[in-house]
Amino acid sequence: MDIFLNVLSWICLLAGGFLGITGAVGLFRFPDFFTRLHAASVTDTLSTFLIIIGLMLQANSLMMIIKLLLVLLIIAYTSPTSAHSLAKSALHSGLKPFLKDKENENS
Amino acid sequence: MFLGLYNYWIVIILMMTGFYIVIAQGNLIKKVVGLNIFQTSVIILYVSMGKVKDGAVPILTDGIEIYSNPLPHVLMLTAIVVGVATTALALALIVRIYEEYGSIEEDDIHKQDGSF
Amino acid sequence: MGILVVTALSIVFIRDLFAVVILFGIYSLVSASFFVNLDAFDVALTEAAVGAGISTVLMLGTLALTSRREKKSSHGSTLPLLVVAVTGAALLHATLDMPYFSDPGNPVHQHVAPRYIQQSGEEIGVPNIVTSVLGSYRGFDTLGETVVIFAAGLGVLTLLGRFGKRPEISLPSPSMSHHLILRVIAKALIPLILLYGLYIQFHGDYGPGGGFQAGVIFAAAIILYAIIFGTERAHKVISPFVIHLLMSIGVLLFAGVGVATMILGGNYLGYNVLAHDPVHGQHYGILLVELGVGVTVTSVMLSIFFDFSDRKRIRTIEEQ
Repeated sequence: MDIFLNVLSWICLLAGGFLGITGAVGLFRFPDFFTRLHAASVTDTLSTFLIIIGLMLQANSLMMIIKLLLVLLIIAYTSPTSAHSLAKSALHSGLKPFLKDKENENS
Repeated sequence: MFLGLYNYWIVIILMMTGFYIVIAQGNLIKKVVGLNIFQTSVIILYVSMGKVKDGAVPILTDGIEIYSNPLPHVLMLTAIVVGVATTALALALIVRIYEEYGSIEEDDIHKQDGSF
Repeated sequence: MGILVVTALSIVFIRDLFAVVILFGIYSLVSASFFVNLDAFDVALTEAAVGAGISTVLMLGTLALTSRREKKSSHGSTLPLLVVAVTGAALLHATLDMPYFSDPGNPVHQHVAPRYIQQSGEEIGVPNIVTSVLGSYRGFDTLGETVVIFAAGLGVLTLLGRFGKRPEISLPSPSMSHHLILRVIAKALIPLILLYGLYIQFHGDYGPGGGFQAGVIFAAAIILYAIIFGTERAHKVISPFVIHLLMSIGVLLFAGVGVATMILGGNYLGYNVLAHDPVHGQHYGILLVELGVGVTVTSVMLSIFFDFSDRKRIRTIEEQ
Protein backbone atom coordinates (compact mmCIF):
# COMPACT_ATOMS: atom_id res chain seq x y z
CA MET A 1 0.00 0.00 0.00
CA ASP A 2 2.81 2.34 0.91
CA ILE A 3 4.78 1.51 -2.20
CA PHE A 4 1.68 1.97 -4.30
CA LEU A 5 1.01 5.44 -2.88
CA ASN A 6 4.64 6.41 -3.32
CA VAL A 7 4.77 5.30 -6.92
CA LEU A 8 1.48 7.03 -7.71
CA SER A 9 2.63 10.26 -6.16
CA TRP A 10 5.92 10.12 -8.04
CA ILE A 11 4.01 9.65 -11.30
CA CYS A 12 1.81 12.64 -10.53
CA LEU A 13 4.74 14.86 -9.59
CA LEU A 14 6.73 13.93 -12.66
CA ALA A 15 3.72 14.41 -14.94
CA GLY A 16 3.08 17.79 -13.38
CA GLY A 17 6.67 18.79 -13.88
CA PHE A 18 6.67 17.64 -17.47
CA LEU A 19 3.49 19.59 -18.21
CA GLY A 20 5.04 22.66 -16.63
CA ILE A 21 8.09 22.41 -18.82
CA THR A 22 6.08 21.87 -21.98
CA GLY A 23 3.92 24.83 -21.07
CA ALA A 24 7.01 26.99 -20.73
CA VAL A 25 8.39 25.78 -24.05
CA GLY A 26 5.01 26.47 -25.61
CA LEU A 27 5.16 30.04 -24.36
CA PHE A 28 8.16 30.59 -26.55
CA ARG A 29 7.29 28.62 -29.59
CA PHE A 30 3.65 29.35 -30.23
CA PRO A 31 3.06 32.03 -32.84
CA ASP A 32 0.27 34.06 -31.37
CA PHE A 33 -1.00 35.58 -28.12
CA PHE A 34 -4.04 33.36 -27.74
CA THR A 35 -2.18 30.09 -28.28
CA ARG A 36 0.47 31.24 -25.84
CA LEU A 37 -2.26 32.03 -23.35
CA HIS A 38 -3.53 28.49 -23.75
CA ALA A 39 -0.05 27.12 -23.06
CA ALA A 40 0.36 29.28 -19.98
CA SER A 41 -3.01 28.36 -18.56
CA VAL A 42 -2.34 24.65 -19.08
CA THR A 43 0.76 25.11 -16.98
CA ASP A 44 -1.11 27.03 -14.36
CA THR A 45 -4.03 24.69 -13.85
CA LEU A 46 -3.24 21.16 -14.92
CA SER A 47 0.35 20.91 -13.82
CA THR A 48 -0.30 22.57 -10.44
CA PHE A 49 -3.26 20.24 -10.02
CA LEU A 50 -1.12 17.16 -10.62
CA ILE A 51 1.71 18.37 -8.41
CA ILE A 52 -0.65 19.05 -5.53
CA ILE A 53 -2.32 15.66 -5.93
CA GLY A 54 1.12 14.07 -5.86
CA LEU A 55 1.92 15.97 -2.67
CA MET A 56 -1.40 14.99 -1.12
CA LEU A 57 -0.60 11.33 -1.66
CA GLN A 58 2.59 11.82 0.31
CA ALA A 59 1.14 13.83 3.15
CA ASN A 60 1.20 12.24 6.56
CA SER A 61 -1.64 13.93 8.41
CA LEU A 62 -5.24 14.83 7.65
CA MET A 63 -4.62 18.52 8.36
CA MET A 64 -1.98 18.66 5.66
CA ILE A 65 -4.30 17.03 3.14
CA ILE A 66 -7.06 19.51 3.91
CA LYS A 67 -4.69 22.46 3.61
CA LEU A 68 -3.39 21.21 0.27
CA LEU A 69 -6.98 20.74 -0.87
CA LEU A 70 -7.75 24.35 0.02
CA VAL A 71 -4.72 25.56 -1.92
CA LEU A 72 -5.89 23.48 -4.87
CA LEU A 73 -9.37 24.98 -4.69
CA ILE A 74 -8.04 28.52 -4.66
CA ILE A 75 -5.78 27.88 -7.62
CA ALA A 76 -8.61 26.18 -9.50
CA TYR A 77 -10.74 29.25 -8.80
CA THR A 78 -8.31 31.98 -9.70
CA SER A 79 -6.03 30.87 -12.48
CA PRO A 80 -8.70 30.08 -15.11
CA THR A 81 -10.28 33.41 -14.21
CA SER A 82 -7.06 35.26 -14.88
CA ALA A 83 -6.59 33.46 -18.20
CA HIS A 84 -10.17 34.34 -19.14
CA SER A 85 -9.78 38.00 -18.28
CA LEU A 86 -6.50 38.21 -20.20
CA ALA A 87 -8.16 36.75 -23.28
CA LYS A 88 -11.21 38.97 -22.93
CA SER A 89 -9.23 42.16 -22.54
CA ALA A 90 -7.07 41.21 -25.52
CA LEU A 91 -10.17 40.70 -27.65
CA HIS A 92 -11.57 44.03 -26.46
CA SER A 93 -8.40 45.85 -27.46
CA GLY A 94 -8.67 44.42 -30.92
CA LEU A 95 -6.00 41.74 -30.93
CA LYS A 96 -7.16 39.23 -33.49
CA PRO A 97 -6.20 35.57 -33.34
CA PHE A 98 -3.81 34.30 -35.95
CA LEU A 99 -5.92 32.11 -38.22
CA LYS A 100 -4.50 29.97 -40.93
CA ASP A 101 -6.97 30.86 -43.65
CA LYS A 102 -10.14 32.84 -43.58
CA GLU A 103 -12.59 30.08 -44.38
CA ASN A 104 -11.54 27.83 -41.47
CA GLU A 105 -13.09 29.98 -38.79
CA ASN A 106 -13.83 27.79 -35.82
CA SER A 107 -14.12 29.75 -32.58
CA MET B 1 35.20 29.69 0.43
CA PHE B 2 33.00 30.22 -2.55
CA LEU B 3 30.33 28.04 -1.00
CA GLY B 4 30.45 30.00 2.21
CA LEU B 5 30.19 33.43 0.67
CA TYR B 6 28.04 33.04 -2.41
CA ASN B 7 24.94 34.51 -0.79
CA TYR B 8 26.79 37.79 -0.29
CA TRP B 9 27.91 37.82 -3.91
CA ILE B 10 24.43 37.29 -5.27
CA VAL B 11 23.20 40.09 -3.04
CA ILE B 12 25.94 42.36 -4.30
CA ILE B 13 25.00 41.63 -7.92
CA LEU B 14 21.36 42.49 -7.19
CA MET B 15 22.36 45.59 -5.27
CA MET B 16 24.52 46.84 -8.07
CA THR B 17 21.76 46.23 -10.60
CA GLY B 18 19.36 48.27 -8.51
CA PHE B 19 21.98 50.97 -8.01
CA TYR B 20 22.65 51.15 -11.74
CA ILE B 21 18.97 51.52 -12.50
CA VAL B 22 18.65 54.38 -10.03
CA ILE B 23 21.56 56.40 -11.31
CA ALA B 24 21.59 55.62 -15.00
CA GLN B 25 18.02 55.32 -16.25
CA GLY B 26 16.14 58.49 -16.95
CA ASN B 27 12.57 57.42 -16.40
CA LEU B 28 11.31 58.13 -12.90
CA ILE B 29 9.14 55.06 -12.50
CA LYS B 30 12.07 52.83 -13.43
CA LYS B 31 14.13 54.59 -10.82
CA VAL B 32 11.54 53.75 -8.19
CA VAL B 33 11.57 50.12 -9.34
CA GLY B 34 15.36 50.10 -9.12
CA LEU B 35 15.20 51.51 -5.61
CA ASN B 36 12.85 48.72 -4.63
CA ILE B 37 15.19 46.11 -6.12
CA PHE B 38 17.98 47.61 -4.03
CA GLN B 39 15.83 47.45 -0.88
CA THR B 40 14.82 43.85 -1.48
CA SER B 41 18.42 42.81 -2.02
CA VAL B 42 19.45 44.39 1.30
CA ILE B 43 16.61 42.48 2.98
CA ILE B 44 17.87 39.26 1.41
CA LEU B 45 21.32 40.06 2.80
CA TYR B 46 20.09 40.38 6.36
CA VAL B 47 17.75 37.42 6.27
CA SER B 48 20.42 35.17 4.79
CA MET B 49 22.75 36.23 7.59
CA GLY B 50 20.20 35.01 10.08
CA LYS B 51 19.92 31.49 8.82
CA VAL B 52 21.47 28.80 10.96
CA LYS B 53 22.45 25.47 9.46
CA ASP B 54 19.82 22.83 10.31
CA GLY B 55 17.84 25.46 12.13
CA ALA B 56 14.07 25.52 12.24
CA VAL B 57 11.60 28.31 11.77
CA PRO B 58 11.67 30.53 14.87
CA ILE B 59 8.36 29.34 16.28
CA LEU B 60 8.73 27.60 19.63
CA THR B 61 7.79 23.96 19.24
CA ASP B 62 8.49 21.05 21.53
CA GLY B 63 11.45 18.99 20.63
CA ILE B 64 13.31 21.47 18.46
CA GLU B 65 16.50 22.88 19.85
CA ILE B 66 18.13 24.92 17.12
CA TYR B 67 16.20 27.83 15.67
CA SER B 68 17.12 30.26 12.96
CA ASN B 69 17.83 33.67 14.33
CA PRO B 70 14.60 35.70 14.64
CA LEU B 71 16.24 39.07 15.11
CA PRO B 72 16.95 39.86 11.43
CA HIS B 73 13.39 38.78 10.58
CA VAL B 74 11.94 41.39 12.90
CA LEU B 75 14.15 44.19 11.60
CA MET B 76 13.43 43.26 8.02
CA LEU B 77 9.68 43.21 8.63
CA THR B 78 9.95 46.87 9.61
CA ALA B 79 12.20 47.54 6.64
CA ILE B 80 9.76 46.08 4.13
CA VAL B 81 6.87 48.12 5.42
CA VAL B 82 8.87 51.33 5.52
CA GLY B 83 9.97 50.51 1.98
CA VAL B 84 6.41 50.32 0.74
CA ALA B 85 5.57 53.58 2.50
CA THR B 86 8.48 55.28 0.74
CA THR B 87 7.47 53.77 -2.61
CA ALA B 88 3.89 54.99 -2.22
CA LEU B 89 5.05 58.52 -1.48
CA ALA B 90 7.53 58.43 -4.38
CA LEU B 91 4.79 57.32 -6.77
CA ALA B 92 2.47 60.08 -5.56
CA LEU B 93 5.27 62.58 -6.19
CA ILE B 94 5.75 61.15 -9.69
CA VAL B 95 2.06 61.67 -10.46
CA ARG B 96 2.28 65.31 -9.37
CA ILE B 97 5.49 65.85 -11.34
CA TYR B 98 3.76 64.49 -14.43
CA GLU B 99 0.90 66.90 -13.95
CA GLU B 100 3.19 69.87 -13.59
CA TYR B 101 5.89 69.11 -16.15
CA GLY B 102 4.05 66.91 -18.61
CA SER B 103 6.66 64.18 -18.67
CA ILE B 104 8.41 61.77 -16.35
CA GLU B 105 11.73 61.64 -18.11
CA GLU B 106 14.57 63.18 -16.20
CA ASP B 107 15.96 64.96 -19.27
CA ASP B 108 12.68 66.69 -20.09
CA ILE B 109 12.30 67.85 -16.53
CA HIS B 110 15.80 69.27 -16.44
CA LYS B 111 15.21 71.12 -19.71
CA GLN B 112 12.06 72.71 -18.40
CA ASP B 113 13.72 73.67 -15.17
CA GLY B 114 16.53 75.37 -17.04
CA SER B 115 19.24 73.67 -15.01
CA PHE B 116 22.21 71.90 -16.66
CA MET C 1 18.63 33.02 -7.03
CA GLY C 2 19.49 32.86 -10.68
CA ILE C 3 15.92 33.83 -11.49
CA LEU C 4 16.25 36.84 -9.24
CA VAL C 5 19.36 38.02 -11.00
CA VAL C 6 17.90 37.46 -14.45
CA THR C 7 14.70 39.30 -13.59
CA ALA C 8 16.58 42.23 -12.10
CA LEU C 9 18.89 42.50 -15.09
CA SER C 10 16.02 42.34 -17.54
CA ILE C 11 14.33 45.29 -15.83
CA VAL C 12 17.36 47.35 -16.78
CA PHE C 13 16.90 46.80 -20.46
CA ILE C 14 13.19 46.75 -21.07
CA ARG C 15 11.53 49.99 -22.14
CA ASP C 16 7.87 49.15 -21.83
CA LEU C 17 6.99 50.23 -18.32
CA PHE C 18 4.06 47.87 -17.95
CA ALA C 19 6.40 44.94 -18.50
CA VAL C 20 8.82 46.46 -15.99
CA VAL C 21 6.13 46.59 -13.33
CA ILE C 22 5.07 42.99 -13.92
CA LEU C 23 8.71 41.88 -13.82
CA PHE C 24 9.04 43.69 -10.53
CA GLY C 25 6.07 41.70 -9.23
CA ILE C 26 7.77 38.49 -10.33
CA TYR C 27 10.98 39.61 -8.61
CA SER C 28 9.14 40.20 -5.33
CA LEU C 29 7.36 36.86 -5.50
CA VAL C 30 10.54 34.92 -6.25
CA SER C 31 12.36 36.64 -3.41
CA ALA C 32 9.43 35.78 -1.12
CA SER C 33 9.84 32.09 -1.98
CA PHE C 34 13.56 32.51 -1.42
CA PHE C 35 12.79 33.76 2.08
CA VAL C 36 10.81 30.62 2.77
CA ASN C 37 13.94 28.68 1.95
CA LEU C 38 15.86 30.76 4.44
CA ASP C 39 13.38 29.87 7.24
CA ALA C 40 11.92 33.36 7.37
CA PHE C 41 8.19 32.78 7.10
CA ASP C 42 6.98 36.12 8.45
CA VAL C 43 9.26 38.04 6.15
CA ALA C 44 8.19 35.90 3.19
CA LEU C 45 4.50 36.52 3.92
CA THR C 46 5.04 40.25 4.25
CA GLU C 47 7.21 40.51 1.14
CA ALA C 48 4.73 38.51 -0.93
CA ALA C 49 1.76 40.55 0.27
CA VAL C 50 3.45 43.93 0.11
CA GLY C 51 5.85 43.62 -2.78
CA ALA C 52 3.87 41.49 -5.17
CA GLY C 53 0.56 42.94 -4.06
CA ILE C 54 0.38 46.54 -2.97
CA SER C 55 3.52 47.86 -4.66
CA THR C 56 2.54 46.41 -8.01
CA VAL C 57 -1.00 47.79 -7.74
CA LEU C 58 0.28 51.26 -6.87
CA MET C 59 2.77 51.22 -9.70
CA LEU C 60 0.07 50.19 -12.16
CA GLY C 61 -2.02 53.05 -10.82
CA THR C 62 0.86 55.44 -11.42
CA LEU C 63 1.24 54.08 -14.95
CA ALA C 64 -2.42 54.76 -15.57
CA LEU C 65 -1.89 58.35 -14.52
CA THR C 66 1.32 58.90 -16.46
CA SER C 67 2.82 57.62 -19.64
CA ARG C 68 3.61 54.07 -20.49
CA ARG C 69 6.81 53.93 -22.47
CA GLU C 70 10.26 55.09 -21.61
CA LYS C 71 12.26 57.31 -23.87
CA LYS C 72 15.82 56.50 -24.84
CA SER C 73 18.19 58.27 -22.51
CA SER C 74 20.37 60.92 -24.06
CA HIS C 75 23.56 60.64 -22.07
CA GLY C 76 25.78 57.62 -22.25
CA SER C 77 26.08 55.02 -19.61
CA THR C 78 29.81 54.73 -19.10
CA LEU C 79 30.06 56.90 -16.01
CA PRO C 80 27.30 55.07 -14.11
CA LEU C 81 28.74 51.73 -15.12
CA LEU C 82 32.11 52.81 -13.80
CA VAL C 83 30.62 53.94 -10.49
CA VAL C 84 28.70 50.70 -10.19
CA ALA C 85 31.76 48.61 -11.00
CA VAL C 86 33.93 50.41 -8.45
CA THR C 87 31.29 50.12 -5.74
CA GLY C 88 30.70 46.46 -6.56
CA ALA C 89 34.40 45.69 -6.39
CA ALA C 90 34.73 47.45 -3.04
CA LEU C 91 31.77 45.51 -1.63
CA LEU C 92 33.12 42.23 -2.96
CA HIS C 93 36.41 42.92 -1.27
CA ALA C 94 34.55 43.59 1.96
CA THR C 95 32.75 40.26 1.86
CA LEU C 96 35.97 38.36 2.11
CA ASP C 97 36.03 39.17 5.79
CA MET C 98 32.45 38.26 6.48
CA PRO C 99 31.34 35.16 8.32
CA TYR C 100 30.24 32.16 6.34
CA PHE C 101 26.67 31.50 5.44
CA SER C 102 24.51 29.64 8.00
CA ASP C 103 27.38 28.91 10.35
CA PRO C 104 26.00 28.62 13.88
CA GLY C 105 29.05 30.31 15.28
CA ASN C 106 28.39 33.59 13.52
CA PRO C 107 28.63 36.72 15.66
CA VAL C 108 25.06 37.63 14.80
CA HIS C 109 23.86 34.59 16.70
CA GLN C 110 25.86 35.21 19.82
CA HIS C 111 24.66 37.95 22.06
CA VAL C 112 21.07 39.07 21.95
CA ALA C 113 19.39 36.39 19.87
CA PRO C 114 19.96 33.42 22.21
CA ARG C 115 18.50 35.44 25.05
CA TYR C 116 15.36 36.08 23.02
CA ILE C 117 15.08 32.49 21.91
CA GLN C 118 15.54 31.05 25.35
CA GLN C 119 13.71 33.56 27.49
CA SER C 120 10.79 34.35 25.22
CA GLY C 121 8.97 31.22 26.25
CA GLU C 122 8.93 32.04 29.94
CA GLU C 123 8.70 35.79 29.82
CA ILE C 124 6.07 36.16 27.15
CA GLY C 125 4.70 32.74 26.38
CA VAL C 126 3.94 33.38 22.73
CA PRO C 127 5.23 30.64 20.43
CA ASN C 128 6.09 32.85 17.47
CA ILE C 129 9.35 34.44 18.54
CA VAL C 130 9.23 37.00 15.75
CA THR C 131 5.88 38.33 17.00
CA SER C 132 7.08 38.46 20.57
CA VAL C 133 10.22 40.36 19.63
CA LEU C 134 8.27 42.69 17.35
CA GLY C 135 5.47 43.36 19.78
CA SER C 136 7.17 43.35 23.09
CA TYR C 137 10.94 43.33 23.20
CA ARG C 138 11.29 45.81 20.34
CA GLY C 139 7.92 47.48 20.71
CA PHE C 140 9.28 50.99 20.22
CA ASP C 141 10.48 50.09 16.73
CA THR C 142 7.02 48.89 15.83
CA LEU C 143 5.49 52.08 17.17
CA GLY C 144 7.86 54.09 15.02
CA GLU C 145 7.03 51.97 12.00
CA THR C 146 3.30 52.50 12.49
CA VAL C 147 3.83 56.23 12.66
CA VAL C 148 5.92 56.07 9.47
CA ILE C 149 3.08 54.34 7.63
CA PHE C 150 0.66 56.91 8.99
CA ALA C 151 2.93 59.71 7.83
CA ALA C 152 3.16 58.17 4.35
CA GLY C 153 -0.63 57.98 4.19
CA LEU C 154 -0.85 61.63 5.22
CA GLY C 155 1.78 62.55 2.65
CA VAL C 156 -0.05 60.89 -0.22
CA LEU C 157 -3.28 62.47 0.98
CA THR C 158 -1.69 65.92 0.86
CA LEU C 159 -0.19 65.35 -2.56
CA LEU C 160 -3.09 63.68 -4.28
CA GLY C 161 -6.18 64.19 -2.26
CA ARG C 162 -8.91 66.72 -2.71
CA PHE C 163 -9.83 68.72 0.32
CA GLY C 164 -13.09 70.43 0.84
CA LYS C 165 -16.27 69.32 -0.75
CA ARG C 166 -15.92 66.47 -3.17
CA PRO C 167 -17.39 67.49 -6.52
CA GLU C 168 -20.63 65.70 -7.27
CA ILE C 169 -19.58 62.97 -9.62
CA SER C 170 -22.21 62.61 -12.26
CA LEU C 171 -20.25 60.28 -14.49
CA PRO C 172 -20.53 56.67 -13.37
CA SER C 173 -17.17 55.37 -12.33
CA PRO C 174 -15.53 52.95 -14.76
CA SER C 175 -16.08 49.50 -13.49
CA MET C 176 -15.75 46.06 -14.87
CA SER C 177 -19.26 45.09 -13.95
CA HIS C 178 -19.99 43.80 -17.42
CA HIS C 179 -17.43 41.07 -16.99
CA LEU C 180 -19.69 38.45 -15.54
CA ILE C 181 -17.11 35.82 -14.68
CA LEU C 182 -14.93 38.30 -12.81
CA ARG C 183 -17.89 39.52 -10.78
CA VAL C 184 -18.95 36.04 -9.75
CA ILE C 185 -15.44 34.94 -8.83
CA ALA C 186 -14.78 38.15 -6.91
CA LYS C 187 -18.00 37.79 -4.94
CA ALA C 188 -16.94 34.31 -3.94
CA LEU C 189 -13.35 35.18 -3.15
CA ILE C 190 -13.61 38.47 -1.28
CA PRO C 191 -15.22 37.07 1.91
CA LEU C 192 -12.60 34.32 1.96
CA ILE C 193 -9.81 36.86 1.65
CA LEU C 194 -11.26 38.92 4.49
CA LEU C 195 -11.57 35.82 6.64
CA TYR C 196 -7.99 34.91 5.86
CA GLY C 197 -6.90 38.42 6.85
CA LEU C 198 -8.63 38.05 10.20
CA TYR C 199 -7.01 34.66 10.69
CA ILE C 200 -3.55 36.02 10.03
CA GLN C 201 -4.15 38.96 12.35
CA PHE C 202 -5.08 36.93 15.35
CA HIS C 203 -2.90 33.91 14.72
CA GLY C 204 0.23 35.97 14.57
CA ASP C 205 1.11 34.57 17.94
CA TYR C 206 1.12 30.96 16.88
CA GLY C 207 2.29 30.95 13.32
CA PRO C 208 3.57 33.39 10.75
CA GLY C 209 1.44 36.47 10.66
CA GLY C 210 0.67 39.55 12.64
CA GLY C 211 -0.59 43.03 12.09
CA PHE C 212 1.21 44.09 8.91
CA GLN C 213 0.42 41.08 6.80
CA ALA C 214 -3.18 41.05 7.95
CA GLY C 215 -3.58 44.73 7.22
CA VAL C 216 -2.25 44.35 3.70
CA ILE C 217 -4.49 41.34 3.00
CA PHE C 218 -7.57 43.21 4.22
CA ALA C 219 -6.71 46.17 2.04
CA ALA C 220 -6.14 43.84 -0.91
CA ALA C 221 -9.64 42.39 -0.55
CA ILE C 222 -11.28 45.81 -0.56
CA ILE C 223 -9.09 46.98 -3.43
CA LEU C 224 -10.26 43.94 -5.42
CA TYR C 225 -13.84 44.97 -4.73
CA ALA C 226 -13.09 48.53 -5.81
CA ILE C 227 -11.43 47.42 -9.04
CA ILE C 228 -14.23 45.14 -10.12
CA PHE C 229 -17.31 46.97 -8.90
CA GLY C 230 -16.18 50.56 -9.25
CA THR C 231 -14.92 53.10 -6.77
CA GLU C 232 -18.39 54.59 -6.21
CA ARG C 233 -19.65 51.40 -4.66
CA ALA C 234 -16.43 50.92 -2.77
CA HIS C 235 -16.86 54.42 -1.33
CA LYS C 236 -20.32 53.40 -0.18
CA VAL C 237 -18.93 50.31 1.51
CA ILE C 238 -16.22 52.15 3.38
CA SER C 239 -16.26 55.89 2.99
CA PRO C 240 -13.07 57.97 2.90
CA PHE C 241 -14.03 59.69 6.13
CA VAL C 242 -14.06 56.35 7.92
CA ILE C 243 -10.72 55.42 6.38
CA HIS C 244 -9.08 58.60 7.57
CA LEU C 245 -10.59 58.11 11.01
CA LEU C 246 -9.30 54.55 11.19
CA MET C 247 -5.79 55.69 10.23
CA SER C 248 -5.57 57.82 13.32
CA ILE C 249 -7.36 55.35 15.57
CA GLY C 250 -4.78 52.65 14.83
CA VAL C 251 -1.83 54.81 15.81
CA LEU C 252 -3.66 56.15 18.84
CA LEU C 253 -4.46 52.60 19.96
CA PHE C 254 -0.82 51.67 19.88
CA ALA C 255 0.39 54.77 21.66
CA GLY C 256 -2.58 54.54 24.03
CA VAL C 257 -1.56 51.08 25.19
CA GLY C 258 1.76 52.58 26.15
CA VAL C 259 0.13 55.41 28.05
CA ALA C 260 -2.19 52.95 29.79
CA THR C 261 0.78 50.93 30.99
CA MET C 262 2.33 54.11 32.33
CA ILE C 263 -0.85 54.98 34.18
CA LEU C 264 -0.97 51.49 35.69
CA GLY C 265 2.49 51.95 37.08
CA GLY C 266 4.89 50.30 34.65
CA ASN C 267 7.19 51.70 32.00
CA TYR C 268 5.90 52.95 28.64
CA LEU C 269 4.85 49.85 26.68
CA GLY C 270 5.84 47.56 29.53
CA TYR C 271 2.99 45.13 29.25
CA ASN C 272 3.63 43.29 32.48
CA VAL C 273 1.22 45.47 34.42
CA LEU C 274 -1.76 45.03 32.12
CA ALA C 275 -3.20 41.97 33.82
CA HIS C 276 -2.97 40.02 37.01
CA ASP C 277 0.14 38.15 35.92
CA PRO C 278 3.00 39.25 33.63
CA VAL C 279 2.55 36.57 30.97
CA HIS C 280 -1.12 37.40 30.51
CA GLY C 281 -0.26 41.06 30.49
CA GLN C 282 2.17 40.46 27.67
CA HIS C 283 -0.48 38.57 25.72
CA TYR C 284 -3.01 41.38 26.04
CA GLY C 285 -0.40 43.94 25.18
CA ILE C 286 0.73 42.19 22.05
CA LEU C 287 -2.87 41.56 20.96
CA LEU C 288 -3.87 45.20 21.29
CA VAL C 289 -0.71 46.46 19.67
CA GLU C 290 -1.03 44.15 16.68
CA LEU C 291 -4.66 45.22 16.32
CA GLY C 292 -3.57 48.84 16.21
CA VAL C 293 -0.95 48.08 13.60
CA GLY C 294 -3.39 46.08 11.47
CA VAL C 295 -6.03 48.81 11.50
CA THR C 296 -3.50 51.50 10.57
CA VAL C 297 -1.95 49.50 7.74
CA THR C 298 -5.35 48.62 6.25
CA SER C 299 -6.63 52.15 6.29
CA VAL C 300 -3.40 53.69 4.97
CA MET C 301 -3.19 51.27 2.05
CA LEU C 302 -6.85 51.87 1.22
CA SER C 303 -6.45 55.62 1.50
CA ILE C 304 -3.45 55.60 -0.84
CA PHE C 305 -5.27 53.45 -3.39
CA PHE C 306 -8.37 55.61 -3.29
CA ASP C 307 -6.25 58.73 -3.71
CA PHE C 308 -4.75 57.32 -6.89
CA SER C 309 -8.02 56.08 -8.32
CA ASP C 310 -9.99 59.21 -7.48
CA ARG C 311 -7.30 61.30 -9.14
CA LYS C 312 -7.72 59.33 -12.31
CA ARG C 313 -11.48 59.59 -12.19
CA ILE C 314 -11.49 63.32 -11.59
CA ARG C 315 -8.96 63.86 -14.32
CA THR C 316 -11.10 61.95 -16.84
CA ILE C 317 -14.08 64.06 -15.85
CA GLU C 318 -12.13 67.30 -16.20
CA GLU C 319 -10.92 66.32 -19.60
CA GLN C 320 -14.44 66.06 -20.93
